[in-house]
Amino acid sequence: MEKPNTTYIDQLSGANYEFRDKLIAILKRELPEEISAYQMKIESGDFQSAAQIVHKLKHKISILGLEKSYYLAENYEDNLVQNSKILQPEFEIILKSMQEFVSCL
Amino acid sequence: MNCIIIDDEETARAILTQMIAVSPGVKLIQDFPNAIGAIKFLNSIEVDLIFLDIHMPDFTGFDFIQTLKNPPKVILVTADKNFAIEAFEYDCIVDYLVKPITEERFKKAIQKAESHPKTPLVSDLKKVVENDAKVFYINIDRRLVKIDTDSIVIVEAKGDYIHIKTETKNYIVHSTLKKIEDKLPSQFFLKVHRSYVINTSKIIDIEDNSILIGKEVIPVSRANKPELMKRLNLL
Repeated sequence: MEKPNTTYIDQLSGANYEFRDKLIAILKRELPEEISAYQMKIESGDFQSAAQIVHKLKHKISILGLEKSYYLAENYEDNLVQNSKILQPEFEIILKSMQEFVSCL
Repeated sequence: MNCIIIDDEETARAILTQMIAVSPGVKLIQDFPNAIGAIKFLNSIEVDLIFLDIHMPDFTGFDFIQTLKNPPKVILVTADKNFAIEAFEYDCIVDYLVKPITEERFKKAIQKAESHPKTPLVSDLKKVVENDAKVFYINIDRRLVKIDTDSIVIVEAKGDYIHIKTETKNYIVHSTLKKIEDKLPSQFFLKVHRSYVINTSKIIDIEDNSILIGKEVIPVSRANKPELMKRLNLL
């Protein structure tokens, strides 16, 4: 399984450590918020709203360099729109690895 | 150029804010987490450029554009790698950025906004889309395999499956020729027969109604031949 990384963040920040810290701080705050909002929508069976959050999470998946996971998330988003939870376990493994990675930054 | 950002994701706003801060000639006036706040703001202040997320809850970027009487230039920003065809209907849209945005791509978008008249050419926008979609992924035994469109030689339809033949490897995917055609850049790929889409840059020779491409000879249907001939750079 591919691992999250900070390549994009590092390229974007260059020597601007203040911006790097700011971006990481936002990620640390926003990612868990989005994940818990996603979980709530899944638990309540509101797949359309869950799909919207997955859509937003795709950006963070890309920011963390998870190229293959992006496409899995895209397929999962489509499935949710069709009221299907196919790929849910795989997607949630990605979320877990992102959350663990971001919390250690 | 004075600009604003409309995106419900704080991470995206932070990245755009930083890119704008280091871009000469562009000044960020304000950023908004939703379209409603931006509409109120634009009622009193005029801006030259809007960075607009397409996908926002309750109010899409397109809904937003429709509320503006005289919209400024708009650069769409989205996490969707598949371009929203709807964007072609709006004259104010000058470019399209796929998240995560790279600095190089951002600079190009700014240059376009600066130099562009208010009405961009749809053909220019289509080119951008085609360049952005150089790769796609296929599902093989629950693995997502990356395919670079440049490497594809032939796509052949066989029943419910398509055979994607690249320079190094062949893949069998449960899909249709129509679906893959939509993913491929149209300036290089052409349907030459009801069962074949080919990369015209890989053609070795053409004789009557057959093409030698890669190591295969494939048929060209009479109906598709005129378009194929148009594409060739004939001496």
